[in-house]
Amino acid sequence: MSGLVEIHNLTKTYDKKKEALHDLTLTLPRGKIIGLLGPNGSGKTTLIKLLNGLLVPDSGEILIDGEKPGPSTKAKVSYLPERTYLKNGATIRELLSCFQDFYEDFRADRAKEMLAALQIEENARIRTLSKGTREKVQLILVMSRDASLYILDEPIAGVDPAARDYILRTIITNYNENATVLISTHLITDIENILDEVIFMKEGNLLLQTSVEEIREEKGKSVDAYFREVFAC
Amino acid sequence: MAWNLDSDRPIYAQILERIQRQIVSGEYAPGTKIPSVRELAAQAGVNPNTMQKALSELERSGLVVTMRTSGRVVTEDMEMIKQIRKQLAAEQAAEFIKQMKELGFQKADILALIEQETGGEEA
Repeated sequence: MSGLVEIHNLTKTYDKKKEALHDLTLTLPRGKIIGLLGPNGSGKTTLIKLLNGLLVPDSGEILIDGEKPGPSTKAKVSYLPERTYLKNGATIRELLSCFQDFYEDFRADRAKEMLAALQIEENARIRTLSKGTREKVQLILVMSRDASLYILDEPIAGVDPAARDYILRTIITNYNENATVLISTHLITDIENILDEVIFMKEGNLLLQTSVEEIREEKGKSVDAYFREVFAC
Repeated sequence: MAWNLDSDRPIYAQILERIQRQIVSGEYAPGTKIPSVRELAAQAGVNPNTMQKALSELERSGLVVTMRTSGRVVTEDMEMIKQIRKQLAAEQAAEFIKQMKELGFQKADILALIEQETGGEEA
């Protein structure tokens, strides 16, 4: 069976000079939680934007379930951007109905259950929430879709360690067995135990794609320690 | 609260050992139900596929049995649990002796130390 996402010879250049991705070829298998790791400027966010159809490649191709990024792939890709896009004045209830209108695969009951577990009021307006709570709300919305691919860009960067645990548990318990979760982060130690695979990106290309257990077995060190070794400045 | 796992060893082996210990210590008593893969993975804070692999290994070894109606349960074969307990104890003892030898202790020193340290307790 082919992968969920097939990327062939993908190149993206900004301003005709700065090459963000160079001839990238990689496959994301189904049913895995994959860490997308690399130093700043290695091309992670460019790749994520291309996967979501927010940028257009110069050359090469992305296929998600056999289709190029577009309206039909957006229906099955659930994306958590690095920055919040939730309207400050909106209540959580309004956001729930907005997601329900937009996405056929949105499960409002699941979102409500998680909000209740965190004692987040549906009448609350986004602007009244702390940064951590806002990030949790956003993750709950994203994980309440029955998507084939979840793309989470820095899902735990802005929240305290207890909230991180909650967010990781939410990811583990909510993706379905055939879905793939792609997580981009710098906080490797916090997430490496929940990953199947890691992708190391360097200067717009793939440096390494392997399983977490293989790194531990072969190198006798954590992914975080290995990353520090590979990318030592 | 996620399980405390070493960062330099495969996760699979660590969660396998941990569940073995929970069974041997009676935390999961013979015949009790083991939570689902997802539930255990969330509890431990580990990848569900890794948890699945550990549970499959426990099943393969017979320590955990899959019942058609009630899911995975801990074996009621006390002999097998005893075997695993012995095995875990032997591994601990070997590790202890290795460490003592690294400190320059001979067999007699080690035995004397054990005698001294367990002296206050019931033999």
